[in-house]
Amino acid sequence: MAVLDEAPGAARPTAGPAAPGRAPRERGAARPAVLLLPALVLVLVFFAYPLATMLWRAFTEPETGWGNFTWFFTTQANIDVLVRTFTTALWVTVIALLLSYPYAYLMTVAGPRGRAALTLLVLVPFWTSLMVRTFAWMVILQDTGVLNRTLDLVGLGPVHLIRTQAGVIVGMVQLLMPFMVLPLYAVMSGIDRRYVQAARSLGARPLTAFAGIYLPLSLPGIAAGSLMVFVSALGFYITPALLGSPDDALISQQIFTQVNGLLQWGRGGAMGVVLLGMTLALLVLVALVTRRAGRKVSL
Amino acid sequence: MPASRGLAQTPDTERAGRAGRGAEIALDRLTKRYGDFVAVDEVSLTIEPGEFMTLLGPSGSGKTTTLNAIAGFVTPTSGSLRMDGTAIESAPPHKRDIGMVFQHYALFPHMTVAENIAYPLRRRKIAKDRRRELVAAALETVRLGEYGHRYPRELSGGQQQRVAVARAIVYGPRVLLMDEPLGALDKKLRDWLQLEIKRIHAELGTTFVYVTHDQDEALVLSDRIAVFNNGRIEQVGSAHALYERPETLFVAKFLGESTVLRGAAEAGAGRSALGKAGRTLTAAGELTGAAAIVIRPERLVVVGAGERAEPGWNALPATVLQEIYLGSSRKLELRLPDGDTALVREAAGRLSAARPGDEVTLTWRVEDAVLLPDDPDVETVLT
Amino acid sequence: MNNGSRAARAALWAFCALVGLWLVAPVLVVVPLSFTDKPSLVFPPTGWSTRWYANFFGDPRWTDAFVNSIKVGLLVTLTATVLGTLAALGLTRARLRGLPIAQGTLLSPMIVPGVVFAIGTYALFLKLQLVGTLFGFVVAHTVLALPFVMIPVTASLAGFDRRLEQAAAGLGAGRWTAFRTVTLPLVAPGVVSGALFAFVTSFDEVVVSLFIQSPYLQTLPVQMYGSVTRDTDPTIAAAATMIITLTTAIVLAATLLTARRSRAR
Repeated sequence: MAVLDEAPGAARPTAGPAAPGRAPRERGAARPAVLLLPALVLVLVFFAYPLATMLWRAFTEPETGWGNFTWFFTTQANIDVLVRTFTTALWVTVIALLLSYPYAYLMTVAGPRGRAALTLLVLVPFWTSLMVRTFAWMVILQDTGVLNRTLDLVGLGPVHLIRTQAGVIVGMVQLLMPFMVLPLYAVMSGIDRRYVQAARSLGARPLTAFAGIYLPLSLPGIAAGSLMVFVSALGFYITPALLGSPDDALISQQIFTQVNGLLQWGRGGAMGVVLLGMTLALLVLVALVTRRAGRKVSL
Repeated sequence: MPASRGLAQTPDTERAGRAGRGAEIALDRLTKRYGDFVAVDEVSLTIEPGEFMTLLGPSGSGKTTTLNAIAGFVTPTSGSLRMDGTAIESAPPHKRDIGMVFQHYALFPHMTVAENIAYPLRRRKIAKDRRRELVAAALETVRLGEYGHRYPRELSGGQQQRVAVARAIVYGPRVLLMDEPLGALDKKLRDWLQLEIKRIHAELGTTFVYVTHDQDEALVLSDRIAVFNNGRIEQVGSAHALYERPETLFVAKFLGESTVLRGAAEAGAGRSALGKAGRTLTAAGELTGAAAIVIRPERLVVVGAGERAEPGWNALPATVLQEIYLGSSRKLELRLPDGDTALVREAAGRLSAARPGDEVTLTWRVEDAVLLPDDPDVETVLT
Repeated sequence: MNNGSRAARAALWAFCALVGLWLVAPVLVVVPLSFTDKPSLVFPPTGWSTRWYANFFGDPRWTDAFVNSIKVGLLVTLTATVLGTLAALGLTRARLRGLPIAQGTLLSPMIVPGVVFAIGTYALFLKLQLVGTLFGFVVAHTVLALPFVMIPVTASLAGFDRRLEQAAAGLGAGRWTAFRTVTLPLVAPGVVSGALFAFVTSFDEVVVSLFIQSPYLQTLPVQMYGSVTRDTDPTIAAAATMIITLTTAIVLAATLLTARRSRAR
């Protein structure tokens, strides 16, 4: 989320209202900090501590050392799962971006009514339960489902989608698209339309103006949206479990199996650490990149 | 496309910075409708080569839409638009030989000042060395030589404004359009930048089309001013003509201060009589029907109770409400017997003895007032 | 040029209409399906009935799960909104060195993959015997919902001019009164949307819930997950439709509420 804050303030020169007044130092400046305590205690006890325990068990069960990690990275099946998880997340991100970019752009140029309709269409999946939507995709993607019958009518023949990676991707893109559209829209609506007009008046063709002006200015939105979608896709469990084939399991499903099915806490924990590590590494990387880009664009 | 002539055939490298080569812009019954709303209504206007033309009017009067039509951001519903005789109404913006300075400047935030200014040169595929020279020259023209490597956000509002001008003139367009370019700046800076813009205009000889709602700015800058109201042009003329000889009540009220006396006019030989507050006033020109006499504040002379008015002048009894001392002059606000207010400006050194509360006579020469048909849409009560 | 750009715009609209259709496709399928008269998940239905709703309300597994979900959701809304709003206030007003760390810690549940959080929590709950308890569900869901309260509340606090509070104090309001009469009404839209997000987060949560459930305490999504993998009867569509209706109603109510508030200002 923090990445979203990097959105460029397009026309900064006429900055808004005066900065919020800085209160004179109050008696006991630490007092507001007390307000943080309840939430912090809860998160430390019920979030940080269990994660630390998982980490601990990954290194100590069944015996102390790197055993679980060696096992993970030397087992071909695990490497396959890792690669599959990455490629799935990548496909989902790319498709979601390609669908969302024009969509978010249209939201910024449509009239108030058009914008309201487009926003509503994005928000419906946003507040429709993940479980409900996954179930719906099971129905739609069935071999005898709506999609296949529509394709049949058009003459594209039945496509086997349920229990395939393609099916998982179709479902996940729909599930995650709001996370792409909304940051894109937030950034795009801050891009002053006069930038493109200016480029046109200065002699740029429409495509040149887009590539040289609009696209770079929308990069923070692309980065934020892609990051959120990619990171969420990496950790998806329900959708691949229900839409995918057990043979094409992603890393979350493997973790579930290790812990819940095989009671291999150490191995499950190690996989969890790998997944968490990748996620955090990506977040840090993208945060650094967007901060640099953001400094260039919005400082 | 015929309109690309200027771009395609004249090498910009040679043209850049050369003076005396503004284009003529001719609008003929230009109209822009949005659904039922008529933003620009049959506007006809010819802007001479090298002229500084200001489109002046309140917001929503159609001046910006007209400017955007010249720039190519608005496609006219009907009417024609010519640049040096060539129809350009269907040419895309990048094919018109036009520079534009936008409201709030629209400097690309992800490019430095120099990159911003080089942008139009890159689009015209001008060689790197030449590009550098032209950017430096343009920065010099706007007196920002040292700022090329900065980002727009690192500059003050006035500096950004000058970068926007540099970017719009660097490739030597034959027309420069400016959309309220000083709107976001404070008064002092505005005054100084007005002089800068005037200087640049004189240096380049480019045709300038300038949109503003600020009448003082229009008076300072323009060769001619086109006053817009409700999508139409009310009057086109020099600042002097508009001020001294307004043709409509709207122009009289919008440009400068004035006292407006409304009443029923009766035309005579070369003159008209207008009944007002039980008196009969005389005005030059023949007009019958609902009319208004407009007098500029410096043309009104206040005559005290013991003095005599000039013979042949119009006279109305009035009460002084308040005086505002302005140093080089003072303003008096007076109430007429029918409740209307009048505004008088007296130059320092020629002040009358009138004080608030005094009963006086308000006088003026017949030739110093303008008689106009009344326009019920124009509000004349002083605020 | 005009015709060209008009055609491009039409194409853009057509493309986005298709994308929009695809975005709402699940809802368009599930709702009619819940009224089918056949005991199978065939779409579109050939005949209509409300038997699956009757089935839903006649089956204690479904009704219990539904009641549990509401119970957990409301409790989570309460705890997460209170804790999250306090934390947001603390974050915007305290001047401490470790503030960014505290903020990162509080927001981190949002970025940690669900399964990772789930197995950690599962292990802890096994030890503390919290598996299958209402308290366990509320605590786990509150942790997940906290960031969704803090983000909008922090955002509206950031736009809040603290001089208004000082003005209120200058006009004779005590600290608490100033907070209650000036600060709270102005940041209310943030708090309301935070509370809404908290409820929806809890109401939709599946992954963690799958681990910490027991046969005696399940939430609606958990029951749905089990049902999807077990049987193919449209009761699940009826359950899904009710979830859609409920969340839509909440979102609409909150939207109208905040819209009216901001208009009143």
